[in-house]
Amino acid sequence: MTSPQITLQSVTGVDVELTIAGPGSRSYAFVIDWHIRLLIALGWAFGAVLVFTGGSLTPPVGSGRGYLLAVWAPALLIYFFYHPVLEIAMRGRTPGKRMAGVRVVTREGDIPGAGALLLRNVFRLLDSLPFLYLVGLATVVMTEQHVRVGDLAAGTLLVMDHDSSASSFTSSTAAKGGLTPQALDLIQELLDRWPTLDEHKRTTIARSLLARVEPQLSAEELAKLGALDLRSRLVAKLSPQ
Amino acid sequence: MTETAPSENARLQSWATSRVAAWADLGSILDGLERKRDHTVADALRAIELYRALGRDLSIVRRTLPASRMTRALAQSYARLHAVIYRKPHNWGEQLRRLFRDEIPQVVRELRTQIQLVTLLFALTAGAGWWLVGTYPELIGLIASDDMIDGVEQGRLWTEGILNVAPSSMISVSILANNITVSIFAFCLGVLFGLGTFYIIAMNGLMLGGIFAFTHQHGMAGELLKFVLAHGMVELSVICLAGAAGMMLGEALIRPRYPTRRESFQHAASKTSKLLLLCALLLVGCGFIEGYLSPDPSFPMVNRAIVGFGYWVVMIGALTGRLFGRKPA
Repeated sequence: MTSPQITLQSVTGVDVELTIAGPGSRSYAFVIDWHIRLLIALGWAFGAVLVFTGGSLTPPVGSGRGYLLAVWAPALLIYFFYHPVLEIAMRGRTPGKRMAGVRVVTREGDIPGAGALLLRNVFRLLDSLPFLYLVGLATVVMTEQHVRVGDLAAGTLLVMDHDSSASSFTSSTAAKGGLTPQALDLIQELLDRWPTLDEHKRTTIARSLLARVEPQLSAEELAKLGALDLRSRLVAKLSPQ
Repeated sequence: MTETAPSENARLQSWATSRVAAWADLGSILDGLERKRDHTVADALRAIELYRALGRDLSIVRRTLPASRMTRALAQSYARLHAVIYRKPHNWGEQLRRLFRDEIPQVVRELRTQIQLVTLLFALTAGAGWWLVGTYPELIGLIASDDMIDGVEQGRLWTEGILNVAPSSMISVSILANNITVSIFAFCLGVLFGLGTFYIIAMNGLMLGGIFAFTHQHGMAGELLKFVLAHGMVELSVICLAGAAGMMLGEALIRPRYPTRRESFQHAASKTSKLLLLCALLLVGCGFIEGYLSPDPSFPMVNRAIVGFGYWVVMIGALTGRLFGRKPA
């Protein structure tokens, strides 16, 4: 299934195409953000309790107002204002969205204004009903552009926002051996994912790739190569001539 | 992996090599342009030149290397630059002034009918609550807690001694949070074709009327009125305003004014959310009054009426824009 896209016209005549983030990317970003804000809020509360009570976790008697204002009010503010504040400050991104490779844009592809970002966050109250963001999740799954009610109200979309790393450009230009750009892409992709793949998978894929780009290598020779050798041979394919 | 002919492959590689220097710093240039707020003319010209160049490059790679990493990376950079170039100009001070002086009063004028209808619904349900609890006193159990009922039956209002339980600041914050939540619900639930909004408004009306009837039966309605007088006028008005905004959301879905329901809903939400911002600010004031003045038994009734009416006049001034320098039409 291909991801839905929106196409924006530009004065240059070259359209801007934005890939809309699906329920998976959205949920992934949300879960990361939820952990971050929960940890920061709890960290603040825990730290403030320790400072306030001088190392004990029991609230001192008669310290009601100061204790509540110093410990719980900031923790609640962090938890509830994490999304609106960071989305405005980071122009439609949050740490979770950045890690998941998504960002909020308007339907015209622009960076949303503070009003739109606040409005999409006000509707979290509705999207989070009745529990675990069920309303939001249902609308994301059911709508063509995978938007929750807050996005519908604010006129925003969540689009993919992968980092365009310099390696994407250099790998296609500085190779030796007359490899096609597609082959170079595959090698770069494998090297990028190398640390996240398990030993068996990465060596299998690397051998299969090397068998195509270095046909002079026999199957026995390839089988003898270890993970490090395979990797260095692939890196060499991307090295400048 | 041999889709591209060797000579074409070499040509492409040589072209990409000639362009890679221009693409090397794209990330940092785009970060800088996105972060900066006040771009100079030189920045703008540079961005436009880069936009044109990226557009050219992207059209070439889209044709020759579709679905490649290079195409994805260039498309990503092009989209980011597009967003920067098409970003609307902004001036926070002027925008805020325009919002409070012109835009919110305009929304209020458009919402006049909805405000009247929601206020009428609130008044009718409050009357119904009064009549129901007056006629069937046992119904108070549906809208008040056992502690509240026991207290009133023993001649003690639940608001008495509230300051001994928690400090004013905390009372203000918790009341503020609760009122804002009710207002946001009254607004957001308009998405259920207005029915959610009607439910929230009607329930609040029923509860208010029922509680007043119950306290009246025990000769304490005056005490309750004394408690709510200073903050209640604005607080209840704000809930009705939020309800009117929610009603507009429902109406946008039932009778769309734009080609699609989505567009209609989005326009209604974006317009009425401005009013919601003013409502939230007004509720901050209500929270302070309710936390500091209303529970204070030594604060005289006349002063409460002055504060309540005075704050209501401020609210009307804000809704009509007069408070922010708008001249009468």
